[in-house]
Amino acid sequence: MFLYVLKRLAEMIPVLLVVVIATFFLAHAVPGGPFDKERPMPAEVKKQVEAYYGLDQPLYVQLGNYIGNLAHGSLGPSMKYPGWTVNQIIGERIPVSVILGSVSLLIAILVGIPIGVIAASRPNTWMDRVPMGLALLGICVPSFVFGPLLALVFSLQLGWFPPCGWGSVTHLVLPSLALGLITAAPLARLTRGELMEVYTLDYVRTARAKGVSPTRVRFVHALRNGILPVVTYLGPAAAALVSGSFVVESLFDVPGVGRLFVTAIINRDVPVILGTTLLYAVALLCLNLVADLAKAALDPRTARDRR
Amino acid sequence: MTNASAPTETGWQRFQRDRTPVIALWFLVGIAALCFSSPLLTALHFLPDYKAQDLVLGPVAPCAAHWLGTDLLGRDLLARLLQGGMISISVGLIATTVALFVGVIYGVVAAEIGGRFEDLAMRVVDIVSTLPLTLIVILCTVVFGQNIWMIFLAVGGVSWLTMARIVCTKTRSLKNRQFVEAAVSLGQSRPGIVLRHYLPNLSGTIAVYATLTVPGVMLLEAFVSFLGLGVKSPMTSWGMMIKEGSDVMEQCPWLLIIPSIVFAGTLLSLSYLGDGLRDAFDPRTAKK
Repeated sequence: MFLYVLKRLAEMIPVLLVVVIATFFLAHAVPGGPFDKERPMPAEVKKQVEAYYGLDQPLYVQLGNYIGNLAHGSLGPSMKYPGWTVNQIIGERIPVSVILGSVSLLIAILVGIPIGVIAASRPNTWMDRVPMGLALLGICVPSFVFGPLLALVFSLQLGWFPPCGWGSVTHLVLPSLALGLITAAPLARLTRGELMEVYTLDYVRTARAKGVSPTRVRFVHALRNGILPVVTYLGPAAAALVSGSFVVESLFDVPGVGRLFVTAIINRDVPVILGTTLLYAVALLCLNLVADLAKAALDPRTARDRR
Repeated sequence: MTNASAPTETGWQRFQRDRTPVIALWFLVGIAALCFSSPLLTALHFLPDYKAQDLVLGPVAPCAAHWLGTDLLGRDLLARLLQGGMISISVGLIATTVALFVGVIYGVVAAEIGGRFEDLAMRVVDIVSTLPLTLIVILCTVVFGQNIWMIFLAVGGVSWLTMARIVCTKTRSLKNRQFVEAAVSLGQSRPGIVLRHYLPNLSGTIAVYATLTVPGVMLLEAFVSFLGLGVKSPMTSWGMMIKEGSDVMEQCPWLLIIPSIVFAGTLLSLSYLGDGLRDAFDPRTAKK
């Protein structure tokens, strides 16, 4: 097990290197620079600034320097906010995004999986059709439609929650609902589909025949097997949360990493673009590893293949 | 080819038995026809120009002169909706075609060569699909932003992974079938086997997953446009219209609600259509 984790971690290094190199060239290919303002800088000043950031050197030297710094854990200085390092800027925003992301994921799991179980227990009745229709709607209504609608109803019309900002629990409600409910929809559909399959298996019939209560069969016997693909889906779900977070953080004015990435692109702040992309890549690779480990813990068959 | 056409026929009949996907199909055909005929409608003066501003008029709620109202610059929303639809649907179709080609070729080649190469190829797909691809697409669209074809390519370039995985699995199971063995023993070349035996047998699966790729691709484009990083004004797409609408949702809710309904309706129909096709043509993976 330990060796397996070690192997997976070692595998990440070349992948991350490719990500860094690809984003590096893409970010440098973005037209316009961070120092292009409405009033152009004097040529000498610009030259000085560019020399300070190493922009006057050839791209491959810059790349080499960047990777060298990276090995020391430094993401370099920001070009837009002088005096700030990218580590500081991102570090300040990570807790915000982690809170928002984990609350949303929790909402998704607590809403999605029970709905799937309920729908699968009464297939092709209204208890199946209504939640599954809603779930399909949830897949098709993107977060950038759902978010504004939530804000329109619960904040501007009813005035229950603040429409934007960050700082208290009430600020957390709307963005995490917008992200969480959208992620709950595919989870519900997946859970239902898997459970329908598991219900036809012999061991479930045996359990029923032995007189185990239907609730226990559903939640203890069947869910244990039916949840496996759902756990696997949590990796992609986390990826969906990440891309959703760009929109939701921008919409609700949440000072998280997603909004930082979008503003960094608009500002052409190359080190921040690189830093956020790298952070997301690391986070997603780790989440996938966690999902795989959770799957192995739940399913001894996959654990045995892992030698 | 009789072995390929017979199941297709019954699949088509199975598809038509269920009413929802058929309705979804007609809805999509209708929307697409309307969107793509919008330049013609404008030329014939049935529809105002989507770029024509009327700053004196400003934003107007839906009325007789402007069926769906106008936006902040007094541009007709219906005309913009159809033009935006043309972009969004084109992105969906073209990017899916790109994804289809890359995915099918990658999957078939990996499975055909087999062995360690296949393992490696599929591991690459696994790893790539865990990367933050949305960020890469956003960067690509910023770099090549002025060129809409690059948006098609970038979106398509990250959407082929699922297709490659499914095609590879399917091809591997075909490889051991007796009719393929027979073709090999009759001396048919490997490219011949791929073209004559693999592709016809894969066509159902490919069609199904292509349909299921389209909504994801359209969503991705809308998403990039929503962040203000996609198509450039005065051109528009549904994602951009939703963005513009959400900025002024208090004063002019129709600017948010109408494009949202049309966009969500299109995606919903595509999902229903894809599910229907899967149930009919790929019954083994269909939900019971």
